[in-house]
Amino acid sequence: METLWFSIVAFMIAAYVVLDGFDLGAGVIYLTAARTPAERQMIIRAIGPVWDGNEVWLLAAGGTLYFAFPLLYASSFSGFYLPLMMVLWLLMLRGIGIELRAHMDNPVWRGFFDFVFCGSSALLTIFLGAALGNVVRGVPLGPDQYFFEPLWTDFRVGVDNGILDWYTVLTGIIALVTLTVHGSLYIAAKTEGDLNRRARDLAKRIWPLQLILTVAGLIASVSIRPAVLDNYKHNVVGFLIPVIVFVSLAAMMHAILKSADWTAFLASSLYIVGMLVGAAFALYPVVLPASTDPARNLTIYNASAGHHGLSVGLIWWTLGMILALGYFFFVYRMFRGKVRLEGEGY
Amino acid sequence: MGLAPLIVVLKTLALRRNDETYHQAARFWARIFGINFVLGVVTGIPMEFQFGTNWSHFSRFAGGVIGQTLAMEGVFAFFLESAFLGLFLYGEKRLGPRGHWWSAVAVFLGSWLSGFFIIVTDAWMQNPVGYSRAADGSAQLSSFWSLILNPWAWWQYAHNMSGAVITGAFVMGSVGAFYLLWGKFEDFGRIFVRVGVVAALIASTLQVFPTGDGQGRMVALHQPVTLAAMEALFESQPGAPIVLVGQPNIDEHKIDNPIEVPNALSFLTYRRWKAEVTGLDAFPQDQWPTNIELLYFSYHIMVGLGTLFIAIAAVAVLLLWRHKLFVSRWMLWILLLSLPFPYIANTAGWMTAELGRQPWLVYSLMRTADGYSKTVSAGNGIFTLLGFMGMYTVLGILFLFLVRREIERGPLAQAEAAH
Repeated sequence: METLWFSIVAFMIAAYVVLDGFDLGAGVIYLTAARTPAERQMIIRAIGPVWDGNEVWLLAAGGTLYFAFPLLYASSFSGFYLPLMMVLWLLMLRGIGIELRAHMDNPVWRGFFDFVFCGSSALLTIFLGAALGNVVRGVPLGPDQYFFEPLWTDFRVGVDNGILDWYTVLTGIIALVTLTVHGSLYIAAKTEGDLNRRARDLAKRIWPLQLILTVAGLIASVSIRPAVLDNYKHNVVGFLIPVIVFVSLAAMMHAILKSADWTAFLASSLYIVGMLVGAAFALYPVVLPASTDPARNLTIYNASAGHHGLSVGLIWWTLGMILALGYFFFVYRMFRGKVRLEGEGY
Repeated sequence: MGLAPLIVVLKTLALRRNDETYHQAARFWARIFGINFVLGVVTGIPMEFQFGTNWSHFSRFAGGVIGQTLAMEGVFAFFLESAFLGLFLYGEKRLGPRGHWWSAVAVFLGSWLSGFFIIVTDAWMQNPVGYSRAADGSAQLSSFWSLILNPWAWWQYAHNMSGAVITGAFVMGSVGAFYLLWGKFEDFGRIFVRVGVVAALIASTLQVFPTGDGQGRMVALHQPVTLAAMEALFESQPGAPIVLVGQPNIDEHKIDNPIEVPNALSFLTYRRWKAEVTGLDAFPQDQWPTNIELLYFSYHIMVGLGTLFIAIAAVAVLLLWRHKLFVSRWMLWILLLSLPFPYIANTAGWMTAELGRQPWLVYSLMRTADGYSKTVSAGNGIFTLLGFMGMYTVLGILFLFLVRREIERGPLAQAEAAH
């Protein structure tokens, strides 16, 4: 039962990163790829009807995490207090950036919200990557299974970590680069003309960096926490995951060169899922490792809610997911195809 | 939440009468709804995070129960609402008139479902049911249906939602009255006033009876000390009076300058004029609500304004029925100026509920002082609180600026993004 809920939460987080990832990435390239007001409008139109629904995966994943693993939620959210507050600010700024810019047709007003949207998107990707880095690296859990991390200490990976050290900065940058490529490919797939070409070029130029960072990330993770390899050693099938990661990276470049934008976007999605599943596989059954003493690790067993609650949840979660997937299918179908400036929309 | 069903009403009238004016009226309120929604979403996200960031000991204790409803809100309500809002705001042509009506219904259902799960969560904190205590002391769900069918939740939900409709209805009526007094967009002004005052009368009547009455009896049954503090009833007595006006004097255990209706509290609570109502003296002082004065005034402001809403709406509907409303400028002025009061009444109502629960975070199970995040220092708490106050002030100003602008441009203006 706990394993099932671990997989469910992992699935929801992966869905969040793949879906909201592309509109975050679109925000990162927003000021570089789009050179004219019309092109900016196209990017906003490409993500406008879906970004809020995508972001709901974060809230739904958070709610499900709270439901299935209350102790993990309580401990990590209070321990990551400061960075989460920044994430909240960024989510707020980004939401009003996208939505309020349309309310006034004034270049100063739009320029301001364009900047807010782009800046908050870029910072959010870095924070999300750093958050994942913190979970893989471990946090200084005390005997009561709570902790509090300052923003930074000495940037070294050790017992008294800050939120930011060289490892989590690295994972933050990996997330920024990955989602920038992901967003560029989505925008390429949704647009035509100069914007389409420029977005694809951006992805092509960043790709080598993504490859280097992927290798660096794997090496760094193994070196700071050798225990991440334990599950792989016990179950060699796991080594398929990094294979998938690299194959999808290669497939992505292949598709970019052939200007097959949707294929490239799907390859990028597979890459993201592969990276996240790889991390989840390495952690399982631990959900928050303690850098202080492995005995204090939060695992799916000591952090989960009661059995009755978890079984009831399975029923409504399945029902709710069927409905949610139905809505998503419908909405994406309604807004399918390349975006145009004529007609109604953002 | 209050505006959503009214937009559905406007959309339905537009379809039934095949009248473009109603379509335009619905589009106008959809634009205002859109601004509300964006600011509601961005200011609502911190609430879900706060359970963990600021109230982690509470979350560890109660997550096994209220995690259910909070997760269900995400899975059932947020997805529905967010998926259809984009279609509702920007997909009218794509969907066609009927499809667009359905998208309005979906947004309405999503927002009301979201309200339901939040109220069930709050109701569990007010009147915990359907749980058992695990070995580590935490509360764990033992009966899903007891949690969902908590009687407190249903009364509170009904009371809260009719409160939301009152706000939506008075806002609509107020904007309509503004157009009529201004002499611009008068066709729309008449629609807004008509729909607004009728909805306001229905909702404000429901607000008192049965929902307010039911909610009050829930408090009397499950939190008698809260009821005593709300009414500032210091001594238990048969035939307890209700205080209409007066200031509680906690040190001397009396009401200053009271104007009272004898026996009324006994009757309202127990349906008998001479019934014994328990006063604060029956409870140890460490179980009294922490801030009785504020609780007392929140409650009295809520009740006072609620009564006023019925009076305003009743007179307005009477004038509407006699075909005099649109020329009764004095009444239009009253409708225009009533705009802020439903907001105040709703806020006062929530303050009554939450101050009334004190000193408990989960009634009789966990004190508020035990529920906060102990690892987060006061310095970090103040730092982020100030930040949020600043951010919310800016958002509030933006909200007023944009809504004022929409109202001034009027229902005939095209959405600017549709260029």
